[in-house]
Amino acid sequence: MTPSPPRRFPHPLAPLAALAAALCLHALPAQAGATLDAIKKRGEIACGVSSGVPGFSAADDKGQWRGLDVDVCRAIAAAVLGDATKVKWVPLGSQQRFSALQAGEVDILSRNTTWTLTRDASLGISFAAVTYYDGQGFLVPKRFKVASALQLKDADICVQSGTTTEKNLADYFRAQGIRVKPVVFEKFDASLKAFFNGRCVAYTTDASSLAGIRAGEAPNPDDYAILPELISKEPLGPAVRRGDEDWLAIVKWVVFALIEAEELGVTRDNAEARLKGKDPAAGRLLGQGEDLGKALGLDAQWAYRAVRAVGNYGEIFDRNLGAGSPLKLERGANALWNKGGLMYAPPLR
Amino acid sequence: MKRLPPPAPIGLLPWLRSRLFDGPASSLATVLILLAAAWLLPGALRWAVSGAVWSADAEACRQAAGACWGMVAEKYRPILFGRYPYEAQWRPLCATALLLAAIVFSLLAPALTRRKPGLRLWPWLGAAWVLAPAGFLLLMGGGAFGLAAVPTELWGGLPLTLLLATAGIATAFPLALLVALGRSGPLPAVRALCAVYVETVRSIPLVPALFLASFLIPLLVPPRLSADVLLRVQVAITLFAAAYLAEAIRGALASVPDGQRQAAAALGLGWWGTQRHILLPQALRAAAPSIANSFVNLFKDTSLVVVVGLYELTGSLELALSGDPQWRSYHLEGYLFIGAIYWLGCYALSRASRRLEFSPRA
Repeated sequence: MTPSPPRRFPHPLAPLAALAAALCLHALPAQAGATLDAIKKRGEIACGVSSGVPGFSAADDKGQWRGLDVDVCRAIAAAVLGDATKVKWVPLGSQQRFSALQAGEVDILSRNTTWTLTRDASLGISFAAVTYYDGQGFLVPKRFKVASALQLKDADICVQSGTTTEKNLADYFRAQGIRVKPVVFEKFDASLKAFFNGRCVAYTTDASSLAGIRAGEAPNPDDYAILPELISKEPLGPAVRRGDEDWLAIVKWVVFALIEAEELGVTRDNAEARLKGKDPAAGRLLGQGEDLGKALGLDAQWAYRAVRAVGNYGEIFDRNLGAGSPLKLERGANALWNKGGLMYAPPLR
Repeated sequence: MKRLPPPAPIGLLPWLRSRLFDGPASSLATVLILLAAAWLLPGALRWAVSGAVWSADAEACRQAAGACWGMVAEKYRPILFGRYPYEAQWRPLCATALLLAAIVFSLLAPALTRRKPGLRLWPWLGAAWVLAPAGFLLLMGGGAFGLAAVPTELWGGLPLTLLLATAGIATAFPLALLVALGRSGPLPAVRALCAVYVETVRSIPLVPALFLASFLIPLLVPPRLSADVLLRVQVAITLFAAAYLAEAIRGALASVPDGQRQAAAALGLGWWGTQRHILLPQALRAAAPSIANSFVNLFKDTSLVVVVGLYELTGSLELALSGDPQWRSYHLEGYLFIGAIYWLGCYALSRASRRLEFSPRA
């Protein structure tokens, strides 16, 4: 992961952000559909992304943005504006992301941000949906033949200090009644170097970052494995400014539509055929027969355009995080609910 | 009879003795420094030169024991130009060259005039400083002469750093001059106003000031009155630097002996005339080191604008590396690369200020 895991700390500027939030709540009274109107007038969606988290949002050398969080914004642009390229990317650090959303610099914050009670209730923002279930995990060299975190008794585990990662590690093994030896490093680089030089049996940080570390930093990625256990909950998803329920609903249901599309087997390539097909559920999703878009203030083919632009949730996952990406992450908790995962869209009807 | 100084010793040994081994303290220092160099240099050279990888080959970098300069070869465009559209990056390149040319010309101007006393460079300097910024803004922003418009939030890297620094210096200096004069002037209301400004601005750190400029102003001001984020941030930087500069100049003004003022009065010069012809020329030369200090600070402070989502050199390095698992382990090399750029800028500034300090008439 990045030197200081960004999403779990109150930043020194948090009071300022809170002030901004308070001002925002007073200055901009809730106006139904105001965000959607402003976006249509502007002709583009301002999407807050990270300044670089592999697989979620990162700009390549030519300035093209790629990642799961990026594709969520593209899907929304396609659904709302009819063009997935009409997105203004605003890369944000972890310290200014909430202020930027509150101040209206971005319409949607899609920047691997963990949904927590405090953030949802007190920052003047609303989380729309979960697009990735992350959690703290372990990376181990395959030669130790460790298959589960529970086999790590008395093992040295490399971890970065001053992070909740360190605390989660202690909490988890205390609860399991297993003793481990945390080997604490102050710097991200130092902790990684130590691990790859064989100082520890395991390295722990967020599972999605572990994949990036294995792919990018390991001398030979195939010599390392990520253990199945996740010891903390980090549900990541897009958030919007509070006070515009219509816009919240649009973001929420575009994400659900992508998940529903995967469940129904609607892909980027077959969407056109499925639109004319016999399956009533796929027809409903894609805007054939019933017009679900009307309730959202959109046209009938909003979901069709979203799927045509970026594919269904499974395709997005594969391309950015899964088998089709350098990260090679398993679906795990992010598989569909009927395949043992947690991805579940309420009915689109 | 006129006595000449003893002839200066010539040759390597006397030179060594007089420079490096002049007494026990000097000899000890020389030996210690040599030892430290012998201890540190081989490792540093092994890392930076002999063990380093120079080509953009990720696999070679991964196996190498030393630095991976290939990262710079691979990523120099996103580092230098940030988020500027890739196909149009010749524009920030030309814009940077234009601005740099104007800066280098200005820095060399005093030396040129000294060599040829009759040379009148002022009109040329004036023209350069009208044309270079105009050309810079046109090239970067576009929207005319067939250049596609590029919004300021996509400006980044070296051109943005240079723009913030030069525009900051160019606007902060006159403002600081006025504030310093106001604060040492005869009008109580102006004095109080300047004092309040300096004390307020000096007591807040730059990061919250940038935060205010970037995120609070849009909340308080209706959207159509709100200026571009780059302009807001530039104003914050200028106001911030000017407060420090003003104090440096005020201190220098106060250090000019009172006799100068009285002599000016005796000559019949008014307040403005006294300031312009008598006090300021002396004060500014005395203040040159601390003015250069403020300029150097301002130049490096531009790296803080990354907290409000503007990706200048430091920010664009982060943007270029952190999202790319293949290259993100080489942050150190990246920081050394942009560190060298910052060093060049600061060194040029301090050389220029030294020249000003020692010039016969500033």
